[in-house]
Parts: sequence; structure tokens; C-alpha cells
Amino acid sequence: MKERRFVRELVESKHRILMLSFVVGFVFLLLLIRLWHLQILNADDYQAMSENNRLRFVPVAASRGTIMDRTGAILVNNRPSFSLAVIPQEVKDRETLLTLLSGLLGLDRADMAERWEKNEGRAKYYPIVLASNISRDHVEIIEENRLRLPGIEIEMKPVREYSSKQLAAHLLGYIGEISEKEMGLPGFDEYNPGDYIGKNGIERALEKELHGNDGGRQLEVDARGRVLRTVSESFPTVGNSVILTIDGAIQKQAERAFGEQAGAAVAMDVRTGEILAFVSNPGFDPSLFSGKLPADIWKGYLEDKRHPLENKALSGQYPPGSTYKMITALAGLQDNTINESTTVNCTGSYDLGSSTFKCWNKKGHGSTNLRKSLRESCDVYYYQLGEKLGVNKLAAAATSFRLGTPLGVELLNERSGLIPTAEWKLKRFGKRWFHGETLPVSIGQGAVLLTPIQLASMISTIANEGTIYRPHLVKKIVDADGKTLKETKAEILGTTSFSKEAFRAVKQGLLAVVNEPGGTGAAARQYDVKVAGKTGTSQVVKLHDSKMGTPYQYRDHALFVAFAPFDDPEIAVAVVVEHGEHGGTSAAPIAGKIIRAYLDGKKAPRKNMGGISSDGTDDENSDDEKESPNMKKPPVDGAAVHD
Amino acid sequence: MIDRRLILNIDWVLFGLAVAVCLLGILNIYSATTPYKIVGMAYYTKQCYWMLAGITISLVVCSLDYHILENFSYWLYGFLLFLLLAVLIIGKRSMGATRWLNLGFINIQPSELMKLVIIVTFARFFNNFQSVGGLTVKEVLLPLTLLFLPAALIMKQPDLGTAALVIFIALSMILYVGLRWSTIVTFIGVTIPMAVVSWSYLLRPYQKNRVLDFLDPERSKLGSGYHIIQSKIAVGSGGFWGKGFIKGTQSQLRFLPEQHTDFAFSVFAEEWGFAGCLFLIILYISLVLWGLNIARRCNDRFGALLAVGVTAMLFWHIVINMGMVTGLFPVVGVPLPFFSYGGTSMITSMVGIGLLQNISMRRFMF
Repeated sequence: MKERRFVRELVESKHRILMLSFVVGFVFLLLLIRLWHLQILNADDYQAMSENNRLRFVPVAASRGTIMDRTGAILVNNRPSFSLAVIPQEVKDRETLLTLLSGLLGLDRADMAERWEKNEGRAKYYPIVLASNISRDHVEIIEENRLRLPGIEIEMKPVREYSSKQLAAHLLGYIGEISEKEMGLPGFDEYNPGDYIGKNGIERALEKELHGNDGGRQLEVDARGRVLRTVSESFPTVGNSVILTIDGAIQKQAERAFGEQAGAAVAMDVRTGEILAFVSNPGFDPSLFSGKLPADIWKGYLEDKRHPLENKALSGQYPPGSTYKMITALAGLQDNTINESTTVNCTGSYDLGSSTFKCWNKKGHGSTNLRKSLRESCDVYYYQLGEKLGVNKLAAAATSFRLGTPLGVELLNERSGLIPTAEWKLKRFGKRWFHGETLPVSIGQGAVLLTPIQLASMISTIANEGTIYRPHLVKKIVDADGKTLKETKAEILGTTSFSKEAFRAVKQGLLAVVNEPGGTGAAARQYDVKVAGKTGTSQVVKLHDSKMGTPYQYRDHALFVAFAPFDDPEIAVAVVVEHGEHGGTSAAPIAGKIIRAYLDGKKAPRKNMGGISSDGTDDENSDDEKESPNMKKPPVDGAAVHD
Repeated sequence: MIDRRLILNIDWVLFGLAVAVCLLGILNIYSATTPYKIVGMAYYTKQCYWMLAGITISLVVCSLDYHILENFSYWLYGFLLFLLLAVLIIGKRSMGATRWLNLGFINIQPSELMKLVIIVTFARFFNNFQSVGGLTVKEVLLPLTLLFLPAALIMKQPDLGTAALVIFIALSMILYVGLRWSTIVTFIGVTIPMAVVSWSYLLRPYQKNRVLDFLDPERSKLGSGYHIIQSKIAVGSGGFWGKGFIKGTQSQLRFLPEQHTDFAFSVFAEEWGFAGCLFLIILYISLVLWGLNIARRCNDRFGALLAVGVTAMLFWHIVINMGMVTGLFPVVGVPLPFFSYGGTSMITSMVGIGLLQNISMRRFMF
């Protein structure tokens, strides 16, 4: 009996061994599935994680390219800025080190300790900046005491330096840390948070050229964050330099000519479209924007009624006022509605239906031909002409000059201005065009808006008798060695449909404006070269009494467009003085000074002096500015303008 | 005492498999300790000596007939319980646990010895305990008490890993003896409430943390969950062919914890990939199945029980360690037999091999 039990037990236990073997096999199979899951199915993920564990990337920013004027004078450069940094993993005793540093350099110990603690959580190989922007003396002291200061490093970072302070601030723009929004823009995929990019102006528009290629070092670190070796290293390549078409000397004279007045000026080469001066006044100090802008300065900029941060030359849109009469005149000549000898009798006003349109001269100009109409800026002459032509013919003439569309200057956000047509009004306001609305348009009022760039292009096209060049600011792109990479060629956007005779007739009128008795633009006259131009005044509000006491923000904008020399034109200038009231008295002298600067520069060609000094007169505040109340550019709509 | 026949019957497969794993282990320890600052003898050299010592001990163990163990197994059990108590009272404290006993000339870890003693004790107990159709609830109570005493003392140290191993070994042997279905159902009915109770009252916070980290390793990336994450990264990044000998970045840059001992397998998996792991696992499967085969061929119940116990010991070490390294189980500090660096583990495992050898070569004696 016992034997049988024993045997049965033995058989059963052998059976259970078999079962246990299956269990063992099954469990090992599970382990293998797990390994397969980790090592084959998800191997890529884990490989990425292990690379991420061991490799650290420390970027090295590329030095930004410089910006120069057409003579090679440096407008924006880089200056080294030194900061004191510590690599925590190399420091044995923090307290002793801090005491030593503050003793040597006289820096605030508590401040350094605070910066250190703030960055405690980061990897130990990552330098912590203890003091930024330290002086060269400090750098020397540290170098001398190198051996006593283990773990201390001097970091050199290039900082933007504006050689001529505020010169052409709007044009050049400034740089700043890339924003989240900018990181999302197309073409910015390769940028990292903390990178500096151009925020506006040339810095922004030519970011791709100026930035250069950032380098960096890929470091292998161990679990404690200690650097073991450099796996790979790429050196940064310096950004390309931009040579502008701007002439620093003309730019400087132009800015000085504005003084405290707000406004814009664009000077262009009639033969190429190169922009020689690009002014928006008042300016600002771009160097303040690359760091942290002091709050009081920022507040000052925002509260200034002259809007110093606005680029008026690029995005200001102004009614051209009487400067637009040259377009109306050309339209009339082409249409044969008038010729050079057609006369109109100006009585000081013009009646159309129940409305009366006033000439700026209440006494009237009497018998007026084309030349006189331009010289004395008779409004009635153009009311009559505009009425005969109709709004669409006026618009066709303006469109022939490529007005009403951006002209393609390199800067971002160029505005298009506005050339009204009957169709435009129907679309915009859902109302048909009234015949009476054509009259203000014929003298550059009503809905007509032009940018300073368009004004300059318009007078330039008049000067060269019909060729529209693309206005441009960039002459050349050169690499760090000075090798030319790109050169901007003069680009013809188109030619107008007007005859040479028509142009000459109008130009004779413009010559008279500056050089004949009774001309409104005498202030631009030069002793050696014949200047031709046209004044303009654009109404800011419809009805106001033209007494001397008009508040700043209601005063009219003053305009002047000019070209010189008359016989063989080279330079065209457009000047807008915001709330300057009279084109002849406030805008024409500025244009005159710009032309003077150009002519002087031609007489004594300047050498590349490596910089344009600024005398800093822009920093003074006059009483005039304090009185400046808020000014806006309200829609101008309207009737008579005095000029 | 040694018969000529015994030498002829030496189980070369058993020895071969164990030594093969040992050699792979030494190779791996060489790589794992490359980034270490070594003072004195290198780890892989020491491991060579441990292996030789282990083989010697296993030869000693297999030279004595295992049947003599039957006679004083309960004495051993009693002595070990006494040592475990002594550990709790006068033991050496290190790293938040009391595991070692200083005997003047040598430090011993009684919990480690308990793994072997529980096998001998259970073999003795079930050898004299015939049950047909499986153990009833009543029949299983006494062995469970025999298990509970040492397990509780080990857990008190605390050494969760070893306690779990002792329990798993004993349960495996009970399973081999056979259970009635009613016993299994009752057992489950009792364990679940017990688990709830031990979670609430018995487990130390660090043990609970390890369990929670295991369930959700992302819970604390720099705390104990860090070990599991880094180990998984090491294993996973090995891919199919591995990164190559001494080329594992996770191990060479020391992202792995305990990489020459408990986490030696992650170093191996990183450097030799799935292919290497498959090879090592095949060796281990062969070893475990061979152990079960020895139990099957053994014609006396004591020997078969002993063989099952020793095989279970090896099996659970392997499974728990590999499961831990691959993130299937919590981190419980269980070494991989013959593979991890360490004298204690090597000696215990080699004693096990000695016992299996002992049983294997005496299978014709009856």
C-alpha cells in the first residue's frame, strides 16, 4: 500500500516538473518579449534618450555683420562686451571665491552670490554670469589673478555699437532677443530662444545676411554633468556686411536740418533709384534697445507727441497737397485739355454747383497759365483742369507713376499710399463718386495719400522725364573679407506714358517755383546749381481759422519736393514737415540743405573716414518741443488750401 | 567517500552552463567598471577569484552525499533563525538597513544563507509528508509557519528583495509538492487582504516609494524612479546588436546605478544588444531547465525537492533581476546569479550548483 502511494506520488511529481518547465519557459518568453519591446520596437526612442543624456550643446553666437554707408563709413558695428562668469563644477569653495572677487574688483558680493544661487539648478558645467558688462580694467585684474581664481571665466559677447549714435536710427533699426512669435515665422526655424535678431529697419530686413551662422560645441558629459570631451565643434561664421546707398554726410545734414521738427525726408539718385538719405525725425537711440530699455526713456518716447519711434519715411502716409499738381498738369497735357499757353482766370475761388472751392490766395491770381499755376501754386487752375479730366484720368496719371503701390524698398512694411478712383470709393464706402470730390484730388487733397518714398520717386520720375526706378537702400552685400556677394543694380520698374514735351513744360514751372520772383519755393535756391521743386501744404483738419494761434496738432503738414541740377538732374528730394504749416518756409529750406550737402559732397569727395561723427545736438530739448501737443494724421478731406 | 563512479557521473552540462555565465559576467564587469576609479585589485580580477572560490566550494558540497543534510536540516533552520534575530539586535548597519553580522573574522549575511536553508528545511519537511491529490489548507499551515518566521525577520531588516526570494523559493516548492484547488482559492482569499494590510502598516516609506516608482517611473525623475528610467534607456538604446564592448554610453558615463552589481545586466544589454541578451537568456533557460531535469531524474523525493528548491532559487533571482532592470519590477537589489559582481551571490549560487551536481551524479545510486 505504501509502495503504491510512493510510486503514484513519484509519477505525479514528474508530471509537475514538466508543468514547472512550461512555466519557466513562459516566464522567460515574457522577459524576451520585454527586451524585444525595449531593444527593437522602441530602440530609436531610447537611443535618442541616451544621446540626450550624454550630449550637451553649447551655442556660440556668430558675430553680426556691420552696416556701412555708401562711402564705407561704418554706421553699425560690434563692440566686445565682457562679463564675469563662473563654472560651478570647477569651484571648491564658493564663499572664499566670492570674497576674493569682490575684494579684487570692488563688485557687490551679495549681488554675485544672488546670481549664483539663482542658477544653482543648472548643469554644473554651464557658466553662470556673475557680473555683465565689466570694464577692461576688471578684465585685466582677472587675467593677472587667473591662478587664484579657478573656475572663473571672462566671456566675450559682441554687442551692437552705433557709431554715429542716433544717425538714421529708423533706417538701421535695432536688434533684440527673438520673441516666441518671431520663432514661429517661416525662415526662422533654425533660431533658438535667446538668439538676437534684427527687430526692424535694415537689421530686420537683412537679418538673413547680417546674422551669420551660429556655431557651437557638442560636449559629452557624464551623469554628474561633468564635461568629458568635445564631441564636435563648429565655428561661427561672421555675418555679411551691408553697404547702404545712404550717404552718411547727407543723412547727417538732413537730420540736422530738421532740428526739433517732426517729419521725414527721402533723397534719391534720379538716375538709379539709390536712396541717399532716409530721415525720420525725431530719432531715438538704437543702442538702448539691445539691452533693457530704461523705463523713463521708454515712457519719454511713448509720450512724445512727435512719435520718435515711428518710421515716418517708410510708413507715414500724407496728402501730397500742391506737390500733386504736377501729376494733374501732366494728365491735362497728355489729354490735350491744356497746353503751355492755356490760361485760366483765377478770381480766388471756383464755383461748382452749390459748392465754392477756394484758392489759397483769396485775392486770386488773375490770368494764369501752366507756368504761373505751378510757380504760384494756383488752386483754381487745377480745380478747372481736374473737373474737365475727371477722377479716373487723374488716377491713371498717378498710376502711371506707380503711385498707390509699394515701390519695393528693402524695408518691411512699406505702405502703399492711396490714389482714389470712383471704383475705389464704391468698394470702400459703397457710394458713388461725386464730381465735386474730384476737385480736391486735383490739388492733392481729398483721399490722396503718398508716402515720403513715393513723393521722392514722383519727383525723381519728373526729373528724369519718365523712368521709374525702384528706390533701394542696399548697394552691396559683402562678406567678412570684403568680397562682394551681391550688388544691387538700378532696376527700372517702368516708364510713364507722358511725352517729353509735357515733362519739360511741367519742369519749367518747377524751375520757376524756386528761381522766379513770386515762386513759393525760393528757400531751396542754390547759388551754383539750378534747383526745381514744388511746395505743398496738406490740410490736417477741414475747417480752421488760419490765425497764428492754431494748436500744433491742427497745423497743416508742410511738403517740398525738388530735384537738381535742373539741366542734368542727379538728386531728387522729398521733405515732409509734420505740422510745419507752409511748404515754402519749413520744408523747402530742409530740401535746400539736403541738396547743398549733396553738391558739397560732390565737390570734395570724402575719403572713407571710418565713421561719421555726431555732434549730439539732437539731444537738446527746446521749448518748442515741450509745447508740442498730440499730433495725428487725421484723414484729410477737403476744400481750399493755402499755399 | 568519493566513489570512482561519481567522478564519471559528473554533470558537465550543469558546470559548463554555470561557468559560461560566470565568464560572460567577468567580461561584463570588466566593461562596467572601466569608468570607476579602482583602488587595489580590479573588480573583474576579484570576480575571477570569487568564481574559483565558488567552484571549489561547489566541489566540496558535491563531494558529501546530500542525504546527510536531511539529518540536521532542522538544526540548520533553528541556527539561522537565531542568527537572523542576532542581526536585528547586534547587526551592522549600513545604507538604512541592518543585514550583516560581524563574527570577528568574517562578515556574514544570514538572510543570504536562509535562501539555502529554507530549501533544505522544506525538502526535509515534505520528504516525510506524503499527500495524494495535493495539500489541503490544514496541511499547508505548518510549512507556511516555517516560512513566515524567517521571512518576517528578513523583512524587518529591511531586505525586501531577499524576503521575497525566500518566499518565492518556498512557494515554488509547495507548488511542486502540489496543492488542492480549494487550497489555492483559500490562499488567494487570504493574501489579498494581507497585502492591503502590509501596504498600510508593514512596508517602509522607501519600499513604498520603490513600488510607486515602479508603477510610474516618471513620478520622480531624480529620485528612485531615476534608476529605472536610466536602466531602461541603457537596455533600449542597445538595439539589436548593441553599442559594442566598453562602448555603452549609459554605463561608461555612469548614468546607471550599481552597474557592476544589480544593474550589470543593463550594461550587458546596452553593449551587446538584443542578440547578446538572447544568448545569455538561452544559457539561463538551459540552466534552469537542466536543474528541473535533475529533479525529474532523481529517484528519491528528498533529492528531487532539493533540486527543485535550488532551481527555483536560481530562477527567481534571474527573473526578478531582469524584470527590475527592464522596468517590469520594482528596484529590490537582487543580483543576477553568476553574472553580477559580488562574493556572497557567487558563493550562494555555486553552493546551489554544488547541490544540484551532488544530486545529479548520485542519481544512479538507488
